[in-house]
Amino acid sequence: MTSLILAEHDNTELKTSTLNTIEAAKKFEEDIHVIIFGSNCQSVADYTSKIDGVSEVLIIDNDTFTNQLAEDITPEILKLSDNYNFLLAPASTFGKNIMPRVAALLDTAQISDVISIEAKDTFVRPIYAGNAFATVKSSDNKKVITIRTTAFEASQESDISAKITKIELDNKKTISEFIGQELSKSERPELTSARIIVSGGRGMQSGENFPMLEKIADKLGAAVGASRAAVDAGFVPNDYQVGQTGKIVAPDLYIAVGISGAIQHLAGMKDSKVIVAINKDEEAPIFQIADYGIVGDLFTLVPELEKELEKN
Amino acid sequence: MKALVAVKRVVDYNVKVRVKSDNSGIELTNVKMSMNPFDEIAVEEAIRLKEANKIDEIIVVSIGTKQSQETIRTALAMGADRGILIETETEIQPLSVAKLLKVVCDEEKPEIVILGKQAIDDDANQTGQMLSALLNWSQGTFASKIEIDGNNLMVTREIDGGLETLKLALPSIITTDLRLNEPRYASLPNIMKAKKKPIEEKKPEDYGVDITPRLTTLKVVEPPKREAGMIVESISELVDKLKNEAKVI
Repeated sequence: MTSLILAEHDNTELKTSTLNTIEAAKKFEEDIHVIIFGSNCQSVADYTSKIDGVSEVLIIDNDTFTNQLAEDITPEILKLSDNYNFLLAPASTFGKNIMPRVAALLDTAQISDVISIEAKDTFVRPIYAGNAFATVKSSDNKKVITIRTTAFEASQESDISAKITKIELDNKKTISEFIGQELSKSERPELTSARIIVSGGRGMQSGENFPMLEKIADKLGAAVGASRAAVDAGFVPNDYQVGQTGKIVAPDLYIAVGISGAIQHLAGMKDSKVIVAINKDEEAPIFQIADYGIVGDLFTLVPELEKELEKN
Repeated sequence: MKALVAVKRVVDYNVKVRVKSDNSGIELTNVKMSMNPFDEIAVEEAIRLKEANKIDEIIVVSIGTKQSQETIRTALAMGADRGILIETETEIQPLSVAKLLKVVCDEEKPEIVILGKQAIDDDANQTGQMLSALLNWSQGTFASKIEIDGNNLMVTREIDGGLETLKLALPSIITTDLRLNEPRYASLPNIMKAKKKPIEEKKPEDYGVDITPRLTTLKVVEPPKREAGMIVESISELVDKLKNEAKVI
């Protein structure tokens, strides 16, 4: 009985989401293998081999996998699947794109967004935008699982290095082709692994006002996020979105600025340790879950906050 | 060229759901039900492709209780051409949906299937990918833009780091993200016209698919409540609290 974890990485670095998934897999108390699909990604394998809990790293290093398309990765996982009882990936857009394909071809129901592993066949997952938690029991022989990364710590580096096994690939033609990417470039931490997040909503009024939040973020070493309203209005790109259908985050501190707090937004951030709300509407639902709220005009309060942080 | 769109009847997104007192599930009695918002986007995108003369016919499929017929009618009123209702009282899970849709695709032979990326009830985000795998078709999940170009489909996807563009060989499966389009409202004349559009009624058995759920829900509970904290009077008080009380900065 072994777990296989599909690693999320960018050919250079392993994403923290994989570390959370490794931590989750430890609950099964079985060997943990991590598989890396990529090209020129040996450094990712070397790093992964040092992570606590990992007993073997499999690497398929081939140009086919430069952009890690679901249609290409799935058959390779299936070839190996006989050896594994648990197949896991982070519930990021990466894991969500691939794992259901694997599950379907194994004739297995996937358990999405697991927040707790109660037993080898029993899992807790949020439903209805996190307004309810369902405990589900799987009757399938294999379990295909995606992990809600905010619900698990990140497994740390250890002194021991696990074995790295190379897997060869026969080159083949694929039905999908990667054309390009537009990744948001930022010096700030990634939203899903940031310790502090400063997030803006419709109240920001325009994208031109977001630098106000960026200044605060830079003072705090924070990431910048947004509500769906702000993204839909074109203030910021889609990858800023926190919520039921965007990113799920749980930082130590979440500062919601001009965000009213629709349930879909709360679904993405209510597990944050400390929530601060800055909003001019004292009736805004965000205040019902905020640890500290301040009622007032954000265009006055945010610059004040910047000055106050500068003082300290 | 045909498009197939899958739609699900779910609790309306504005409803604040309540957990049943016996913890067996969510209270659905007397709760407003609507088409899953991502599926509305899927229907809208199919209609736009038809309006652009890229496809000729839009078939809408829904799987669920008899009332799912209303959801199909909504899609027909928006502009879809005909419906298929696969009626069942059994709780239907993504794997079963994908298997049923596969057989529908084998029969109808659409060139493109558009589905919502997730339903806002179970939040599973699986069906499109599963269907794509079972058919061995290409997939473009979380799409924010699609364009049919001859035998190919260019799709822009919303991924965690930004956007990604793929060129997919048709036939293909698309799952919709929020910014693909803004769905239209059905006009009254179109609602009347939709009543005359055909809906075929089927059962899962007609497709020879076993829909026995693989996942059993043992219990459903409310998440831990987060208590409201305090309102502070000034920014300096806020920073003081964050530093000395919460100790997060």
